[in-house]
Amino acid sequence: MMANTPNTATAAPVQENRKIRRFGMVINLDNCTGCGSCMMTCAVENNCAPAKEKITDRTGITLMRVFPVNDRQPMPVRQAGFVPMPCMQCEDPPCELVCPQQAVELDPLSGIVDQMPQRCFGCRYCMAACPYHARYFNWYDPEWPKGMEQTLNPAVAPRMRGVVEKCDFCHGRLHLAEDQAAIDGNDDYTYTPACVEACPTQAIVFGDLNDEDSEVSQLAKDPNSFRFLAKLGTEPKVYYYSEHEWRRNLAERDMNGNASRNEGKEA
Amino acid sequence: MTGTITKPAAIATVEKKWIVRGHERCSTARFMGWLAPWIGLLLLGLYATYLCFRYGLGETHLDNRFGFGLWIFLDLAVIALGAGAFFSGFLLYILKWKEIKAVINSAVVLGFLCYSGAVAVLAVDVGQPLRAWFTFWHPNTHSMLTEVTFCITVYLVVLTIEYLPIILKNRKFKSIPSFLVFEWELHKLMPVFAGVGVFLSFFHQGSLGGLFGVMRGRPFAFREGFSIWPTTFFLFVLSAAAVGPSFIILTTKLVEKITGKRLVKQDIYRVLAKTTGVLLTVYVALKSLDTLLWLNSTSIRAGVAPWEFYEFRPFGHATLFTEIVIFGMIPALLLLSRRLRERPGVITLGAVLACLGVVFNRFVMTIQTLALPTLSFDEFMIYLPNWVEYAVFGGVIAYAVIVYSLSYRYLNLFPQEMELQLAPKEVNDVSVR
Ligand code: SF4
Ligand code: SF4
Repeated sequence: MMANTPNTATAAPVQENRKIRRFGMVINLDNCTGCGSCMMTCAVENNCAPAKEKITDRTGITLMRVFPVNDRQPMPVRQAGFVPMPCMQCEDPPCELVCPQQAVELDPLSGIVDQMPQRCFGCRYCMAACPYHARYFNWYDPEWPKGMEQTLNPAVAPRMRGVVEKCDFCHGRLHLAEDQAAIDGNDDYTYTPACVEACPTQAIVFGDLNDEDSEVSQLAKDPNSFRFLAKLGTEPKVYYYSEHEWRRNLAERDMNGNASRNEGKEA
Repeated sequence: MTGTITKPAAIATVEKKWIVRGHERCSTARFMGWLAPWIGLLLLGLYATYLCFRYGLGETHLDNRFGFGLWIFLDLAVIALGAGAFFSGFLLYILKWKEIKAVINSAVVLGFLCYSGAVAVLAVDVGQPLRAWFTFWHPNTHSMLTEVTFCITVYLVVLTIEYLPIILKNRKFKSIPSFLVFEWELHKLMPVFAGVGVFLSFFHQGSLGGLFGVMRGRPFAFREGFSIWPTTFFLFVLSAAAVGPSFIILTTKLVEKITGKRLVKQDIYRVLAKTTGVLLTVYVALKSLDTLLWLNSTSIRAGVAPWEFYEFRPFGHATLFTEIVIFGMIPALLLLSRRLRERPGVITLGAVLACLGVVFNRFVMTIQTLALPTLSFDEFMIYLPNWVEYAVFGGVIAYAVIVYSLSYRYLNLFPQEMELQLAPKEVNDVSVR
């Protein structure tokens, strides 16, 4: 449209002129100590209500979840580690394909798979379709003990009972960055999700995979980087990195190593 | 009105006036006695439903891994069994198999109950049922569930329209002239509705299979196919069409057993049994082919070693064997053989196995699919439904039994009943030959 786009938040830069990003992550499994800071921060950032008494590790909401893994060797030689798992922001998301209500959408500008809780009617088909178990259902009404509602993040709407939610790379932060970019009239922005900020060992690198020079796209191309279940063709945008072969072998089920079927419980 | 003592008798006299002329039915008191436990179960189901609506689905044993559980599995099973309605409509109105007339009314009522029951359970199963209309407002046309929702909704309307003339033929309603005219007009349109019903059913039975077949992320369920339809689409249509007639056999026999009456001639059973036999044979052949393709090609490309799916107890190789051989091949052969079909016992056995087969297939597709791990460090997970889930479904079964009982008592579900009642011996002899 007009070249002299006014610098106001209401007139956001025109869609076709906007930069197309592919936000993604590389998680360094060798740095991850399993401390769980990312899980905690994620829950606070995204207004996940404190778990009710009846909630188990199978009904709780952990948009970022750290799984303990090992190489299934006998004890003295066994090697162990952790795999933090947010939504993989698949480029060809099976969850988007199946949702009848269009409550899931791959944002063409950011590459993030958006979840719209206001549209979701809770059929949970998307949960069945996601191979990464990245989707969580609100089994109960979210409730904050008196006083704790003060901790709510005003940039993120809490979800109601009966809908599905998942990690969306902190859309509250993305929106703030986008708003600021619109005000500044400068489309060249990036931001940092809460888990990336919180990780004490800096195990998570975040950025635009479309940007050849970014640290994240360099790392993603490293021979030691891999994606989980790549053979399913979902094209995840969350990569993992490890210099240890047994960890890289975790990527597929038919790996030749015997690291499969960990009997350990999730974190 | 002389006093309270005469009241039950008075009610019984009035009630009897609703029963089809010439039909023998049990006393009012006995009928009430039969309904009472079902009403109890229905109330329990309503209470469980209240718990889910009031406190959320956390009241069930569903969880983030088992987003689909008992309800979805049984819904799929019930809808497959309810296919008897569309398939007998197809045989009667499109292929003009006149014999089917003897069971079509009962089949329509059963179809209506299966579908409305399934929709009722779905309304409890989804987290925000009041938003279900969004699917019509901004549908995702790529989603199999959209196809299912559209077809089931429209088909339920068609079934209601097919049910109406059966109700309007009731003795009391018939005395209202405008009802009679309406019924007659509807009746003339019935082949059109049956045609629409066949088309819709074909699609949604298929898209229910498609639901699982398209899940690329679940190698156990994922199948390749033709155009947008995975092979499960066609297998679900075929299996539903195959067991529909068997379900009609079983329900009719059950009603005969409970009421102690003969309701249809033996040859109807043979026609229905043969239909199941033929279709089931085709189904088993295609299902076996599909299984081989999937194990040797599709799943390997998805990164899963063949047979790995069957490493997790209780889903061993026996699962596959049970599904294809015990619940597939055996009933197919039993019902295909003309000699064996002469024996009513064999027909019953074949029909039971065929129906169990489709139920088992829907169980495997729903529960085993979700129980199997996908990530290499995943666990195999067990899910056991809790009483709330059983109660809600029990409530729906109770609803179906109550409505069917009322229909049987006051409507003409089996047109041959009167004939068989008047000359039971003769007809029996002719048909057994
Ligand atoms: S990880 Fe799961 S929820 Fe996330 S985009 Fe992929 S399929 Fe969807
Ligand atoms: S649960 Fe919600 S987001 Fe998931 S498929 Fe159903 S409507 Fe879509």
